[in-house]
Amino acid sequence: MTVNMTKGQAISLQKSDGGTLTAVRMGLGWQAAPRRGLFGSRTREVDLDASAVLFADKQPVDVVFFRHLVSDDGSVKHTGDNLVGGAGSGGDDEAILVDLQRVPVHIDQIVFTVNSFTGQTFQEVQNAFCRIVDETNGQELARYTLDGGGQYTAQIMAKVHRAGAGWQMTALGNPANGRTFQDLMPAILPHL
Amino acid sequence: MTAELVRGQNHPLPDSRLEIRVSAGHPVVACATCSDERGAVREEWVAHPGATGLPGVEVPERAERSPRFAVDLDAVPAEVHQVNVLLALPVGTGGPDRFGVTAAPFVAVMAKDGSELASFTITGLDTETALVAVELYRRQGAWKVRAVGQGYAGGLAQLLADQGMAQADRTAAAIQETAAPRALRAEPARLHTAADAAGAASGPDQPSPADAALTGGLTAPQPSGGDTTPAQTPTPDAPQMPGGPINYAHPRRQSAPPPPAPAAQPGEPGRPPAPVAGDASGWSMEERLYNQVWGMFEDLARAVAAYRSAVEFAENRMDKELDSVLSDPRSRIGSTGDAARAAARAKCEQLTDQARQVLDRDLAQLTAESEVVEPALPPAFARWDNPCWHAYRVPMEIPMALRLGDLHLPESPELRIPCLVRLPLERGLWVDSGRSSSDAAMAMDEAQLRRLAVDSAVALAARLLAVYPPGEFTVHAIDPAGSAAASLAPLVDSGALAGPPAAGAQGVSAVLAKLTERVDLVTMAVRGGAADSLPPGLDTGEQLLIVNDFPHGFDDRAVTQLRYLADEGPAVGVHLMMVADREDATAYGPVLDPLWRSLLRVTPVPDDHLADPWVRHAWTYEPLTVPEGSDVLRQVLTRVTEARRSWNR
Repeated sequence: MTVNMTKGQAISLQKSDGGTLTAVRMGLGWQAAPRRGLFGSRTREVDLDASAVLFADKQPVDVVFFRHLVSDDGSVKHTGDNLVGGAGSGGDDEAILVDLQRVPVHIDQIVFTVNSFTGQTFQEVQNAFCRIVDETNGQELARYTLDGGGQYTAQIMAKVHRAGAGWQMTALGNPANGRTFQDLMPAILPHL
Repeated sequence: MTAELVRGQNHPLPDSRLEIRVSAGHPVVACATCSDERGAVREEWVAHPGATGLPGVEVPERAERSPRFAVDLDAVPAEVHQVNVLLALPVGTGGPDRFGVTAAPFVAVMAKDGSELASFTITGLDTETALVAVELYRRQGAWKVRAVGQGYAGGLAQLLADQGMAQADRTAAAIQETAAPRALRAEPARLHTAADAAGAASGPDQPSPADAALTGGLTAPQPSGGDTTPAQTPTPDAPQMPGGPINYAHPRRQSAPPPPAPAAQPGEPGRPPAPVAGDASGWSMEERLYNQVWGMFEDLARAVAAYRSAVEFAENRMDKELDSVLSDPRSRIGSTGDAARAAARAKCEQLTDQARQVLDRDLAQLTAESEVVEPALPPAFARWDNPCWHAYRVPMEIPMALRLGDLHLPESPELRIPCLVRLPLERGLWVDSGRSSSDAAMAMDEAQLRRLAVDSAVALAARLLAVYPPGEFTVHAIDPAGSAAASLAPLVDSGALAGPPAAGAQGVSAVLAKLTERVDLVTMAVRGGAADSLPPGLDTGEQLLIVNDFPHGFDDRAVTQLRYLADEGPAVGVHLMMVADREDATAYGPVLDPLWRSLLRVTPVPDDHLADPWVRHAWTYEPLTVPEGSDVLRQVLTRVTEARRSWNR
């Protein structure tokens, strides 16, 4: 069952049978929007980038993004940079895999962000979504649609944080502006 | 120089006088036809056992197991554009009734001096009873050979008809008649033509043993009948028209998927599965083990990185908390300050303990994996104490990689990861005999350390010699003052060295000059694309030069040659192994720094100087030592030299 999340909603990543999740994937998919104009059929390439920032006690410790594809501890992996998005296929164009069991003990929050590296605002991007998938069985746990895209170039999508013995995910959906995750740091900190 | 052709491939013919040899495992009727520019065969342009008179083409007089054709391309009529070499199964002799059940026919085109120009194995045949094996054709004034392998289920009659012969049926019958062995000719005459072939074509369509043999016996024989035709057999319905599916697979190259990797058995719920050796991807066990070792290396690097970052974070947080306690005036009175300090320390300890637990879990898993992987390693990846070195046999192929030593981290000194480098070596080696680099080296006196360094170098050279096929790896040694004679003894006594270690300045310059010339010639040949113009006596195998006591005995010219070898050598298979203390060469100043940097530094004693490619931990390298009192090094070297002698290399 898929949960369509709205801003600020939190879901526990405990499985319904009480077991904890061992691996989740944050998937990001988008489609370049056709530009109106003289050459109406021409689309501008949109490069969205997914990043994951690992926090320990509100301090950024490590970051996984297109220039650092695997966290130093090996628990968070980026599948690689996609520069153009999907051709409307609806699949994940970039994905970040998190092996929750192997996340170092001091990391208590992982924040997922998306940035428009090429500078287009979300108005020009279609069908952008972020979803969390249980990697062990491929089940979609939560989906957050980047709808109502406004004049923003970045979005702080969601965070996965420790809650008791397990993990919880909270949808943030906070719009921001920036080319890479570094520009988003001031916007991320209030959500920790 | 033989070209092994695949279907459709062509090859130039330098000679006009050729011999074409066929071996088919069963008697076959051999004939040849000539066709003009338009591809039409004239009535008189057929050479077969009953009519051997075609100018320029001679065919055997009866069906034979290994028929030979003699072809003189200068003698064939000028209008002839193409000579087709045909094979057919004799009819009515009680032999096989289709090529699918015979061994795959092999065709070799030889020059008149007996050297093989091109060869072609005709695979993938099934119900065909006649086939065009190869064709020789004119191309811009020169002759070429093309591998065809086009089979016809309808026999010779269909084949000849396809080539445009008007009386194909009659000619085919005549050919079969004359070609049949004499003893069998007394049988009542039958009209061996299309009717027979049609019968063969509609016969039970079974996968032949030859097909099973081709796929390396991996496909189980399938039950006959139904639509269980194996995918690789060409569909044998009536005529196989030219331009049908061409099998581009190389007949002898393995393309079948490798047997699946041994997968780890799922363990009890909540516990990781028990590790298995070879649990990684790869085409062979060797490749799987290599990938598994790299996987273990990466996992250990990352597990330790997680632990270190957690501990570092815990300590930083504690420092900050202690600072804030100190700067808070309220905490100066009474026990609040002490309590806060104790709380901060407890927090730090708790996190550190947690991190340690996670690390211990990971280390236990990796240790269990290492325990199953180490015994499974082949000699090139194994320590000297591995039993596989006692069962050592000289290999026929170069392994993927060579183990230079062990790597470990201070968090887990017991867990050793094999330090593997790919072969052929991409850079030379430098066994550092200097004392200044590590505590372990400082603890030794200089002579002892130098001795150990040469011993390590000899063990590494022996390893390299052992894992190369006989004669493909040669070791030279330079020992200007003769100070390493004792250590080099295993190499010298077994005859594994190319010559006695070069001594004195003359010896040094002679060896360097020879290797420099070798590198220069091979580099030129490779760049110019003229590998066959190398002088005949030149050894193109890999070479290793052990240099002891650098820079003693080296003049400026020799140093320059050494640098040339270090720069240009690895690309053409000449490698350096320096046994040296950098301090000895300080007189040269910084000009030798690039030389040292270009070599992979290893040490005779444990030393942490190697970084991994993921998180750049400093790993402690430890050389592989031959177990005390073991004779394995000499035994292995003896076997290497024996093999080299028996291979005459």
